[in-house]
Amino acid sequence: MVELIDVINIGLFAAALRMATPIALASLGGIFSERAGIINIGLEGMMLTGAFTGVMVSYFSGNPWLGVLAAMLVGALLGLLHALLTIKFSGDHIVSGTGINIFAMGFTAYMSQVIWGSRGASVSVRGLQTVSIPLLKDIPIIGDILGSHTPLVYMTLILTVLSYIVLFKTPVGLRIRAVGEHPSAADTAGINVFQIKYLCVMVSGMLAGLGGAFLSLGHLNLFAWGMSGGRGFIALAAMILGRWMPFGAFGASLLFGFSDALQMRLQALGLLPPQIILMIPYILTIAVLAGVVRKAIPPSDYKPYVRE
Amino acid sequence: MIEGIRRVNPEAWHTLREILTKLGLSVRKILPETIAIITAFLIGAIALLITGYPPVEAYSAMISGAFGDVFGIGQTLTQATPIIFTALAFLFAFKSGLFNIGAEGQLLVGAFASALIGISFNNLPVYIHLPLALLAGALAGGFWGFIPAVLKVKLGAHEVITTMMLSYVASNLTSYMVNYPFKAPGWVPQTIVVAPSAELPRILQPTQLSASIIIAVALAWFTDYMLKKTTLGYEVRAVGLNPSAAESSGISVKKGMILALVISGAIAGLGGAGEVLGVHRRFIEGFSPGYGWDGLAVALIGRLHPVGVVFAAILFGALRSGGMVMTRATGVPLDIINMLQALVVILIAAPKLIRYLLKRGGFKW
Repeated sequence: MVELIDVINIGLFAAALRMATPIALASLGGIFSERAGIINIGLEGMMLTGAFTGVMVSYFSGNPWLGVLAAMLVGALLGLLHALLTIKFSGDHIVSGTGINIFAMGFTAYMSQVIWGSRGASVSVRGLQTVSIPLLKDIPIIGDILGSHTPLVYMTLILTVLSYIVLFKTPVGLRIRAVGEHPSAADTAGINVFQIKYLCVMVSGMLAGLGGAFLSLGHLNLFAWGMSGGRGFIALAAMILGRWMPFGAFGASLLFGFSDALQMRLQALGLLPPQIILMIPYILTIAVLAGVVRKAIPPSDYKPYVRE
Repeated sequence: MIEGIRRVNPEAWHTLREILTKLGLSVRKILPETIAIITAFLIGAIALLITGYPPVEAYSAMISGAFGDVFGIGQTLTQATPIIFTALAFLFAFKSGLFNIGAEGQLLVGAFASALIGISFNNLPVYIHLPLALLAGALAGGFWGFIPAVLKVKLGAHEVITTMMLSYVASNLTSYMVNYPFKAPGWVPQTIVVAPSAELPRILQPTQLSASIIIAVALAWFTDYMLKKTTLGYEVRAVGLNPSAAESSGISVKKGMILALVISGAIAGLGGAGEVLGVHRRFIEGFSPGYGWDGLAVALIGRLHPVGVVFAAILFGALRSGGMVMTRATGVPLDIINMLQALVVILIAAPKLIRYLLKRGGFKW
């Protein structure tokens, strides 16, 4: 029991924030896409590809920040693909997203073997350094939790606030929500429905790619096979739990991040077999969805918009 | 291209056309799928070139590996078998309007349950032991489909997320089982071999092809029959086509969805049982290279039709078996298979895309 209590300390909360970061980023991505009326199941694959791209670019350039940029770019490209398939060619959102997910699994495993000769993991590359926020880190408890992280953790906090402002306090956000809720009305009002949709799905992919880059460059500094491990789907659950609102999604991501951090610490303790502990985040996700979702009403009807 | 064949060799064109008509498919009908597959292979060839592998050698090793001799054909059919099951599983749920993307997990729990029955009894007669083990697989898979079904109809949890999450749970759960309580002596995480009375016979020695493929094909026929000719099938389709209309004509949408997902899971579970009892004769961790995802692609290429699924599964079985030969011969990483498969899914996801490509290529369609 003493050991179990040791697991729960301030370090756990700092780890929870860290593990929440990739989920929160992907979940913001989910919000942008779904607010504009496109379901993005491909978040998982965009994350995985982002994680791979980040490591690959850091490996060849020695600069992890170039890796982060490249991961965002590749995420946006996959977003563009999803947008083309679902908007221009009216494909099924879920089939297209699943195709992107399978592609990501195959592509990253293939390239990993081409570049590093191993399907399991890449070599270690230069990752993102942690920074300490001067005054914040000296505050007791809060400083221990918030004071020292990679810059991407702080960027995620900023992006959450920014997403809220963009979506709910600017004309662009009004347009995005109008396009999702009532595309034909938006069209009549002179909004370029297709442009907004493309933009949102690309932003969605970019955020998921950024989340992937954090997974690989912000923590382990390598790429491992299938390292997104369902976080794209967990991000969708966080989005639903957070009612398609940036702050809500961030809060929900904290919950999932906490379960992830707890899971890792319990594994290190070795009291239970790893497989049992690894199930925790997935079961929690199912439980959360089952518990709250009834009251969650999606912001769009997700039907392909055809101009009459 | 097909026009080209007609011009250059009219006789071959007629024979080809006759064969295809006999299969109940006209060339025109499968053109989009054919284009999708060819396009995927072309993109794959470019990927191979960029990464420094010879595409022609790789693809010819793949084709001759998959179809070149009896052994290759046997292995192709062996690989096709679980894919027929997972594709039928996806198809069945899809007919009721549900996306079961967790066939992988249902296959795994089904496989483990059948292994458990297979290793637990030693002196049962074959006619009891084998059906019992198969049934256990179907029940376990069905249960794995029942969970997301109930969560969907009672609580509104989206099945895409829950079936996916349950896939991860299944993979960890079965991994735990064969690493701890049911681990056979030795290094490999696997169970001991099942009793001979639970084995599905091998039907093409020395390949691993087992009687599971007979079950698979029979099931494809039966699924077609069930969907078209039975009340259950009618209800499932009605729920998928128009839930509110179904509800107002007295069909329970909730019941239809639950049944569809349970049957879907049971089909995938039975496929897992077939792998354990017919091919591996035990549960080995990681025995599935992603049959669940194969099934999704195959169901789409097979036009969500049970007969189409069987043919598409053979194609994907060929990718898997030929892929292994290709990897041994040319060193191309096997994951190129998953890329090709994903490209096919992406190209099929949007039927308009193919039509657009055809128009660009100057085809009348």
